[in-house]
Amino acid sequence: MGIYELSLATIVCINIIFALGLNLITGYCGQISLGHAAFFGTGAYVVALMAKAGLPFPVNLAGAMLVAGAIGIIVGVASLRVRHDFLAITTMGVGFLFLGIVRQQDSVLGGEMGLSGIPSMGLGKPGFLLLVLVVAALCTAFSVYIKKSWMGFAFDAVATDEDTARLLTVNVPAYKLTAFALGTAMAGLAGGLYCYFTRFIMPDDFGFITSISVLSMVAVGGIGSVPGVIIGTMLLTLLPEMSEFLSDYKLLFYGTLLFAVMRFAPDGLAGVGGSIFGKLKGKGGLA
Amino acid sequence: MLYVELLTQGLIYGCMYAIIAVGLTLVYGLLRILHVAHAGLFTLGAYLGLIVTNATGSLLLALPVSAICVGFVGMAIYRFCYQPILHKPPYVALIASIGLFIAMEEIFRLIFGPYGLTYTNAPLQSLVNILGMSLRMVDIVIVFGSVAMLGVLSWLAQRTRLGIAWRATVDDPQMAESFGVSVQKVRYLNFFIGSALAAVAGIFVSLLSNFAEPTMGGVPSYKALAIIVLGGLGNVTGTLIASVILGVVEAFGTIYVGDYLDRDAIAFACLILVLMIKPQGLFSRK
Repeated sequence: MGIYELSLATIVCINIIFALGLNLITGYCGQISLGHAAFFGTGAYVVALMAKAGLPFPVNLAGAMLVAGAIGIIVGVASLRVRHDFLAITTMGVGFLFLGIVRQQDSVLGGEMGLSGIPSMGLGKPGFLLLVLVVAALCTAFSVYIKKSWMGFAFDAVATDEDTARLLTVNVPAYKLTAFALGTAMAGLAGGLYCYFTRFIMPDDFGFITSISVLSMVAVGGIGSVPGVIIGTMLLTLLPEMSEFLSDYKLLFYGTLLFAVMRFAPDGLAGVGGSIFGKLKGKGGLA
Repeated sequence: MLYVELLTQGLIYGCMYAIIAVGLTLVYGLLRILHVAHAGLFTLGAYLGLIVTNATGSLLLALPVSAICVGFVGMAIYRFCYQPILHKPPYVALIASIGLFIAMEEIFRLIFGPYGLTYTNAPLQSLVNILGMSLRMVDIVIVFGSVAMLGVLSWLAQRTRLGIAWRATVDDPQMAESFGVSVQKVRYLNFFIGSALAAVAGIFVSLLSNFAEPTMGGVPSYKALAIIVLGGLGNVTGTLIASVILGVVEAFGTIYVGDYLDRDAIAFACLILVLMIKPQGLFSRK
């Protein structure tokens, strides 16, 4: 593999971790988030600051997860107060708030210009890819495990019908907070890895478009389905790279795809795949 | 004196927000959809207005032409994009709408170029002195134009058969239908009026900055969403009050807390703060 393929594979893995985090919140627990990039950004900035202070990378990545997860719990507390459309707008607001704060902090966070000169991990490109691959595999395994666990059933109950879940003595607030904590910690981890990957970050990397991109990956793949999300992420990350035409019109492609999937197949690729398999086998569901 | 100037600035922005947000809140009240693509119509309105003004030299002609064209585009969006997915969970329409908006922005970039267009001979730029402040004509036109349009809208809603049918449908679609109101027609009308207002708002904004660019819909759109949530989703009066409040808070905020938060962050900080205290918005109906 050349440098280009290595970088591409690395970014796909980072995006998979990022998207699986959102899938935990939106897919499993049914809480829509339009500000997921804020946690990705939090992770990236935490790692940037800690790495520049000379700390080793496992500590930094753990720090990124902790800080992003802690902020995620705060946003999760907000999600307990508001629902559905209100929650969508609140999380979008969190994204803009994050950007607004970072942009104005010239001295610590570098303001508009961002932070550069972040020390490398010292693993080299193939080594870094291996690390990211292992982390992505762990996150995938974790997602699948959660889905099958008791917690997964509780998440499902909250997503399907919150009030009925509460009636059945499911502790709805606790599960929502857990979903937010886990999902945002994953985003923080992805952000930290991204920071080590580019070694230069600026506020625009973590804007609304990033939040929407990751939501597209989840939605196109199939909200709540782990294989769907992974395929969706690979597709949306790699397709614009494959043809020059698509990369010129990347946003047009994203926008149209997002609209078309929601308009014609709201369950995403997993839904389409599931219904085809279902017809073939006479039973439903891929994931 | 600084206070009066900030207040005036806030009022001008508030009026602009109001005519963008009213269309959004109308759509939400009727269909429970967060219509993000509304901001695409706002940009389209600005472009059409600017092109017609440049071609004919008459802003008075440009306003209705742009408003009517954009109104029809709004109806088409409802017919082809929202109507088929109304029965799906709410996030489906929201995500579809965001996708549509992003695609629209890119289409504008392709058609009108990435660098934006300017008025060859920008109208309403002469200065007027009021209370010791020098304001541009366009500032005054925005304030009075918005108030006049909202006045007409309120007359329409309160005093005409059409308006009564409209309000009845918002309150209880099934009951309205059983009394012979065509829900479908009301929805088309709703999209037409909301989109036409967005077009006018777009022209106003392009006059303020003498500029129309593909991404101009971004910030007002997200802010309009914040406003309709603040005003209690679907509540028109609440939306108007919230618009003006936000305009004024932003004007003061950029002076006093501008070192820590930028303009957009102030708006959303307000929003989050209010939602934490009153989860249904400032002026919820129930």
